[in-house]
Amino acid sequence: MSLSGAWYLGLAAVVFTIGAIGLMVRRNVLVMFMCIELMLNAANLTFVTFARMLGDIGGQAIVFFVLVVAAAEVVVGLGIVVTNFRRRSTTVADDLNSLKG
Amino acid sequence: MLHYAYLMPVLALAGFLVLVATGRRLGDPLAGWLGTTAVAGSFVVACLVLNCLLQSSSSNRTYVHNYFTWFHSGGLTVPIGIQVDPLSVTMCMFITGVSALIHLYSIGYMKGDRDYSKFFIYLNLFVFSMLVLVLADNLLLTFVGWEGVGVCSYWLIAFWFHRDSAASAGKKAFIYNRIGDAGFLLAIFLIFERTGTIQYESGPGGGIFGQLHHLGGGTATAAVLLLFLAATGKSAQIPLFNWLPDAMEGPTPVSALIHAATMVTAGVYLLCRVNHLLVLTHSGMLVIASVGGVTAFVAATIACAQQDIKKVLAFSTVSQIGYMVLAVGSGAYVAAIFLMVAHAFFKGLLFLAAGSVIHGLDDEQDLKRMGALRRTMKWTAATFTVGWLAIAGIPPLAGFWAKGDVLDNVYAHYKVLWALGLLTAVLTAYYMSRLQILAFGDDPRWDKVGPGGEPAHHAPHESPWVMRLPLVILAVAAFLGGALNLPWAHRVSLDSWLAPIFAGSLYHDGLQRSAQWALALTDVAAALIGVILAVALWRGSRVDKPALEPQFLQRVWYWDDAYDTVLGRPSRRLATFLAWVIDARVIDGAVNGTAQLVKATGTATRKLQTGYARHYALGIALGMALIIVFMLTRTWWG
Repeated sequence: MSLSGAWYLGLAAVVFTIGAIGLMVRRNVLVMFMCIELMLNAANLTFVTFARMLGDIGGQAIVFFVLVVAAAEVVVGLGIVVTNFRRRSTTVADDLNSLKG
Repeated sequence: MLHYAYLMPVLALAGFLVLVATGRRLGDPLAGWLGTTAVAGSFVVACLVLNCLLQSSSSNRTYVHNYFTWFHSGGLTVPIGIQVDPLSVTMCMFITGVSALIHLYSIGYMKGDRDYSKFFIYLNLFVFSMLVLVLADNLLLTFVGWEGVGVCSYWLIAFWFHRDSAASAGKKAFIYNRIGDAGFLLAIFLIFERTGTIQYESGPGGGIFGQLHHLGGGTATAAVLLLFLAATGKSAQIPLFNWLPDAMEGPTPVSALIHAATMVTAGVYLLCRVNHLLVLTHSGMLVIASVGGVTAFVAATIACAQQDIKKVLAFSTVSQIGYMVLAVGSGAYVAAIFLMVAHAFFKGLLFLAAGSVIHGLDDEQDLKRMGALRRTMKWTAATFTVGWLAIAGIPPLAGFWAKGDVLDNVYAHYKVLWALGLLTAVLTAYYMSRLQILAFGDDPRWDKVGPGGEPAHHAPHESPWVMRLPLVILAVAAFLGGALNLPWAHRVSLDSWLAPIFAGSLYHDGLQRSAQWALALTDVAAALIGVILAVALWRGSRVDKPALEPQFLQRVWYWDDAYDTVLGRPSRRLATFLAWVIDARVIDGAVNGTAQLVKATGTATRKLQTGYARHYALGIALGMALIIVFMLTRTWWG
């Protein structure tokens, strides 16, 4: 037997929530990155689930786009994090507030 | 030949353009000679045109030619065209003739002035504008000349602009004229709206004069009164006459030009030009006649109490123009034109002679500091005497015939205004005799120290020939000018010459020969009374007679003060209020308030930019939550 789609969707929701809360409560930039990845993958899981449920390949195709964008984003984001660490010796997001109003 | 009539204004314009281009290099006196030649050329053309008109039959003397179209707009077509007829040619004759003499005179008078060539530039442009004004075949082109004359008068009155009084006199002249110009524009709009044309008598439907049946009585009165408002501005009538005496701040040739040949005659000319419109409205005519009569009287009383030689002549001009307007209001257009021509001769003469006196006395204008100039300035004194007798109305000089012609017609039309006119004639003879006695008679006072401690003058000297020649020519003209319209010469006179222009609208006085004789004798008596009065009162060496020069008259019936109180000061207060309250608080307040609001909003909202990424993430999450809630509610209740 296979699990019904609702389980997958529930799992995606849980993962997304963990990611969102993590993004808001954690200070370390690398951890915040991982939280973003969690949210992205939760979204991917939702797409795939719906693709299976509705028999539409489009949902699976879009996952590839999300993966590519996520990879690119990680490359740029990690580059910024590394550069910033070299200049300021910190990976705490709250220290990077020189643009505050 | 008539086709070349356009050369009149074009020659003056050419003089202007050449002087603009080369005036400074030509310098003194070549620039003056060039300007004089240009205007003299216009005069020659005017003579040829006159000759041409004289040779054609009297019913066939109107020649209209449109050279090109200025612009179209809807139903309005404005041509650049000229109308050559006895009226415009008469005007052109004395405009160009007297102007040429004034140009010649200026060569001597302006000698050594810093802006010598500029003076002739303005002078030529002035003559050009005036010729456009009188030759135009439509109201709008007349208006162009009208404005040109106005702006040239502004430049010339304020010619010595480094003097504050001259600068403000120029502004005053310009602003008073603008008030009249507004009336002119409104009249053009009104006439165009009703008749669909602005050409006088040419063009489709016979121009304005062919479409007069479209004008109701009320509209005609309104149009006439608006045109008359324009005329009061240009011709210095009550209530807009105050600028003319102040215009004395300009160099004396300018005063002569404005007063004798150009500018102030424009208003009277305009009224004569639209005579077919004037006859439609009796009330309008009555207003015109009354304003003219009252102006003539008021200005004459003021002239009796002025000390400045040019101011006396200025008020005298206002008074004489009042006579012309009175004549127009009585329907006696020919008499108005006759007096205008005669006035051009003797007032031009008087101003130029006064200028010669001022020139000889090192710019002294105070009558009380002259005296006995007949001994040192023989030419000036002799010619001035002719002018004096002419304006006073002593036969057989021009003023007697012209003024008599006006008064005859007024007598037949409005008895009360005639009495006022006769009283004015007495005053005219009086103030001119006073001027003559103070300047040329009795003992010299210029060799004494002035009342304000001014040093005594050197012995006056006679002016150079370029200044004397115009005086002599004008004196001859002022002496013989009456021959233009002698009462018994019906075939060769202004009457028959101008009759086609005023056909139908001319008022016939219908006086008997005996009544004419009686009126003529009355005029002579009035003139003699004035002269005798002045001789009795002003002979002798004592010149301080405050009883004869009441403050009321010296201050121009407090007319300027009244304007200052009623209009000037409240306006200034209003302007101050607008500047410091409305502008500083309300308008600036609105602008600065907007800036303050933006700044305050920015200060408040920038707090949202905390610099913590988690805050932004929370913002995004909340926003998403809101969107989801919104969409869910739409799904459930939509």
